[in-house]
Amino acid sequence: MSETQSIIAVRKGKSGVERTMNLLFLLCGLTAVVCVVFMTLYMVVAGGPIIAKVGFFDFVFGRTWNPENSQFGIFPMIVSSIAATGGAVLIALPCGVLVAVFLAKLAPDRIAAALRALIDLLAGIPSVVYGLLGAILLVPLIFNLQTALRLPTSGNLLAAMLILVIMILPTIISVSETAIRAVPKEYEDAALALGSTRLQSIFKVSIPAAKSGIVAGIVLGTGRAIGEAMAVIMVAGNAAIMPTLLGPVRLLTTSIPIEWAYSSGTHRDALYGIGLALFVMIMAINTIFRKTLKKGGAFDDG
Amino acid sequence: MKGNTEIQKLRTEDLHLYYGDVHALKGINMDVHSRCITALIGPSGCGKSTFLKTLNRMNDTIPSVKITGKVILDGEDVYGKNVDVTVLRKKVGMVFQSPNPFPMSIYDNIAYGPRVHGQKRRHELDEIVERSLTSAAIWDEVKDRLKKPALGLSGGQQQRLCIARCLATQPEILLMDEPTSALDPISTSKIEELIYDLKKEYSIVIVTHNMQQAARVSDYTAFFLLGELIEYDTTNAIFSSPKVQQTENYITGRFG
Ligand SMILES: Nc1ncnc2c1ncn2[C@@H]1O[C@H](COP(=O)(O)OP(=O)(O)OP(=O)(O)O)[C@@H](O)[C@H]1O
Ligand SMILES: [Mg+2]
Repeated sequence: MSETQSIIAVRKGKSGVERTMNLLFLLCGLTAVVCVVFMTLYMVVAGGPIIAKVGFFDFVFGRTWNPENSQFGIFPMIVSSIAATGGAVLIALPCGVLVAVFLAKLAPDRIAAALRALIDLLAGIPSVVYGLLGAILLVPLIFNLQTALRLPTSGNLLAAMLILVIMILPTIISVSETAIRAVPKEYEDAALALGSTRLQSIFKVSIPAAKSGIVAGIVLGTGRAIGEAMAVIMVAGNAAIMPTLLGPVRLLTTSIPIEWAYSSGTHRDALYGIGLALFVMIMAINTIFRKTLKKGGAFDDG
Repeated sequence: MKGNTEIQKLRTEDLHLYYGDVHALKGINMDVHSRCITALIGPSGCGKSTFLKTLNRMNDTIPSVKITGKVILDGEDVYGKNVDVTVLRKKVGMVFQSPNPFPMSIYDNIAYGPRVHGQKRRHELDEIVERSLTSAAIWDEVKDRLKKPALGLSGGQQQRLCIARCLATQPEILLMDEPTSALDPISTSKIEELIYDLKKEYSIVIVTHNMQQAARVSDYTAFFLLGELIEYDTTNAIFSSPKVQQTENYITGRFG
């Protein structure tokens, strides 16, 4: 080892392969950006005019959706979408986090592995199958409740919510589990050494420390729930009226496939308008979550 | 610097510990004196941390561990029947090798222990927080930022915070596993002073790889080797006239 190696490059500049690859990566990145920009533009161009024509206020806050009569108020659908999604997330969050805790901390390895496989399977089932099961099993069950309360029997908000819960649970569980597992063991040791019980160490230290990961799970779950149409169509009853828990509801998403085939003219434009509203809503939710996530990051107190 | 009181706080009797097939502690008989500092020294892997963790049963979390013998704390067997481990760990606090504050505010870190043990009143918690931080000699540095995240503190500050967090549960014994090994010399000397001060109220067992540290702060020193307690005496005796050749080799640096 008497000779030392020179670190001056033999060839000046980047090699041809490297340059081509860089270009390729740049192109791929640009494609994604172009797609998003183009989609946004297209949604605005397609959905904008009808909103302008009906009037923003009448479109967004109008209570009546009656295309034959040229009444295009989507307020009931907005409220129903928020109610179904919000309800689903509120139910799925505690369940999901508890299952995640069980998987990450309490379950024996073999049981955890089996459960995890099942949950992954759940995530892969097509949504129309959920809709089918909901329509066959869940909705008739709720019919009983409706009859008992002397309400008309129909598909309803509760059924839509519960179907969404089942659909977003796998996401919330697996993202939360990953987050809880990523919490350093030192935190839990410290908690135990201070005289916490195992459960106290989990609920007072590990879960708060995994907060940002769990919030990411909520974001993903919310996105999935608010965008879901197929399963919801089959259990929700689909009447465009203000939602009640046991009454039929129609969400923003479901209006589009339900009416698409027979719509034309302004009616079809109005469906574009709904698409735009959905688009904006999802963007808004994403932004809000992102902002709150940044503000109340993982290392914030309590 | 022999301790002023010779009351026995804790005693182990023929303590054996196995990690599966690994025999990590081989019949340890040792007394820990009240309001004294006891240093545990010995080469890496000799069982110091293991021994320390038997005293507050932190080994319980490792499934393969098997323990025989006794640990007697104020006359009660730590491994006896009907022991409430949470009370034991409240009474025997532990400070870890690398600072491990929770990802919460400074205040919530200190208040964690008292809250877990049922203290809910804001006023009392405020008092405990101030008292603990003051005892750990860090109050002045953090009193204006109690609501700020503890992870924003320096390593040395974090370690003193962890000591404060430990004091907040009002322990009687403090176990410290190489509490200064991750710190710079200045932070180290601060913590050494702190430990020396804490001796007035607490019985302290400290693991260290630093011979000067053991000589500086401790009243008693125990030398471990391969899971055995080779020699245990006052620090003066161990460092000036060790009775066992292996001890002498180790502290003079001719070993491990
Ligand atoms: N969780 C464990 N499972 C199996 N063996 C272990 C475990 N923890 C420690 N050991 C073994 O027990 C013996 C004592 O380890 P211990 O950590 O107590 O040593 P130590 O004296 O603290 O060393 P160091 O000075 O490096 O911290 C070692 O041989 C180690 O490999
Ligand atoms: Mg150790």
